[in-house]
Amino acid sequence: MLNRTADNVARATPEPLAKKIRGISDKGLAWLFISPTILLLLAINIFPLFWAIYLSFTNYRANRPNEVVKNLGLANYRRILGDQDVWIAMQTTAHFVFWTILLQTVIGFTLAWLIDRKFRGHAFWTTIILVPMMLSPAVVGNFWRFLYEPQIGLFSYVISFVTGIPPTNVQMLSNVELAPWAIIIVDTWMWTPYVMLICLAGLRSIPEYIYEAAEVDRASNWRQFWSITLPMALPFIMLAVLFRGIENFKMFDMVNLLTGGGPGSTTEVASITLKRQAFESWRTGYSSAFAIILFVAVFGLANIYVKALNKVKQR
Amino acid sequence: MSLTTAHSVVAPSSNSKRIAGVLVVGYALISIVPLLWIFATSFKTPPDSIAYPPKIVFQPSIEGYCNLFTTRTRQTPEYINSLGPATGFCDETVRKRNMVIAGPSNFLPRFVNSLIIAFGSTFCAVFLGTLSAYGFSRFKVPLADDLLFFILSTRFMPPIAVAIPIYLMYRELGLSDTALGMILLYTAVNVSLAVWLLKGFIDEIPREYEEAAMIDGYTRLQAFWRTVLPQATTGIAATAIFCLIFAWNEYAFAALLTSGTAQTAPPFIPTIIGEGGQDWPAVAAGTTIFLVPILVFTILLRKQLLRGITFGAVRK
Repeated sequence: MLNRTADNVARATPEPLAKKIRGISDKGLAWLFISPTILLLLAINIFPLFWAIYLSFTNYRANRPNEVVKNLGLANYRRILGDQDVWIAMQTTAHFVFWTILLQTVIGFTLAWLIDRKFRGHAFWTTIILVPMMLSPAVVGNFWRFLYEPQIGLFSYVISFVTGIPPTNVQMLSNVELAPWAIIIVDTWMWTPYVMLICLAGLRSIPEYIYEAAEVDRASNWRQFWSITLPMALPFIMLAVLFRGIENFKMFDMVNLLTGGGPGSTTEVASITLKRQAFESWRTGYSSAFAIILFVAVFGLANIYVKALNKVKQR
Repeated sequence: MSLTTAHSVVAPSSNSKRIAGVLVVGYALISIVPLLWIFATSFKTPPDSIAYPPKIVFQPSIEGYCNLFTTRTRQTPEYINSLGPATGFCDETVRKRNMVIAGPSNFLPRFVNSLIIAFGSTFCAVFLGTLSAYGFSRFKVPLADDLLFFILSTRFMPPIAVAIPIYLMYRELGLSDTALGMILLYTAVNVSLAVWLLKGFIDEIPREYEEAAMIDGYTRLQAFWRTVLPQATTGIAATAIFCLIFAWNEYAFAALLTSGTAQTAPPFIPTIIGEGGQDWPAVAAGTTIFLVPILVFTILLRKQLLRGITFGAVRK
């Protein structure tokens, strides 16, 4: 089977081309193979990035392309760093990132630890638990709007049934206090499996002989957990936390569909502010500057992430 | 976790197993409820879907699917009576609500857009990714680590931040709201994942195979075609599915950069409305159709999942 595939591929390569390529050195081939990817990324990622940097120093507005563009120097950056709304958006983002990561890590690790008991049917139930994270955050997030609907929504109904609060008063998305939590709940529902899966890999990487040695030393289960399980799974937990941290820092889909930043601006995370400035107020220059600031922040996180990733790999 | 009964850690006690099982199954059941609710709602009539208390037992109907694929207009009973006999179930259901089918809705074209863009970008990303991954895996590339980090770092940009200059660039190039523009963009986003994942897979294929092939007189390129590619099939398939899932699920770029002809399903589904607000059975029907392929892929992928979500950092 495999041989046949290879034969077909070889036969499909036109002879003159093959002859030409045969002459290429390894070094030439390496660049031939790598350069298309680099060129694509330069065109679609890096060139636009430099364009955004240029725009961030101007007062350009995408909805008025014919207006004279003025150079503002660092004025946009100064305005953003002094803008009360931007700081509030950053606080909202921080609140969201903190609580989602905390909940997902605690629940995800606990689930992984329970699944690691290897009860009967654990593989099947693990697959069931993994389903939400594979789905489109936008399409599923949109449906949560229905579950949150007061009275007719399943979530609101269950809450009012359990707590006795009148069903019309469970206003998850329009209550200023509850709306941030409505988003945190959906995100936690969706991404806890992600943390669980990585933690499970961490738990399974711990060699059994360590536990056997601990058992010989009569270490209590509690002691084994704190001295063996948790420290040895820690790099994996960190990896999951960093991944979720970066992803949730960029969060847009679910918030945009669940609340659109509202009520008022109580759930306006950084990406929503950026979208409002760039695609609703059309302050392209200003929002480009904000985008650059966000990118630098994420890039910093990414650096930490890659270092942690290499640490995990070394094990 | 009883401390009194001594048990081997290698095999947890049956009691602790049972408790763990109950807790995990409990979580799994609760977490699957929203998905079951989507599926159930897609088979409800609009009045059933907004009943209080929410209906668990109901008369199934395919009205949601009818509404998903059609647009309808309200008509007087006299007009409806003057029409000939209803053709098909959907026509009949719609007429019962004093409406007639006016034409097909945009759902099908949007769904087809999703297919074209997801498959197109996946093909390009995996093609480019396989070549680059082989290059990074087998050759001494100067600054390899920096280039790999550069490739990965493009993934960390917030989509909205990328969308601003892309929006302007596509407007200049005439790529706004085109399938080609979206394919290029998704390829660029996915190629980072493809390179990292595939490099891991190709690293695992022993170099000796190619070396043996080259001693037999194959050129480097022939050795790549005949020994490396066939052995990397599983890895390439898994990578392709991950790229496909990303492109299929993507919302932010699609919502900002497409509006009409090239719009994909994720920004379209939330805009399905009926009379007096969102038509939830139709939304649920669209969501169900949209999610089924992903469910199939998740089951196919479950062994490779961990690798995919960590960019190949964690392997089982």
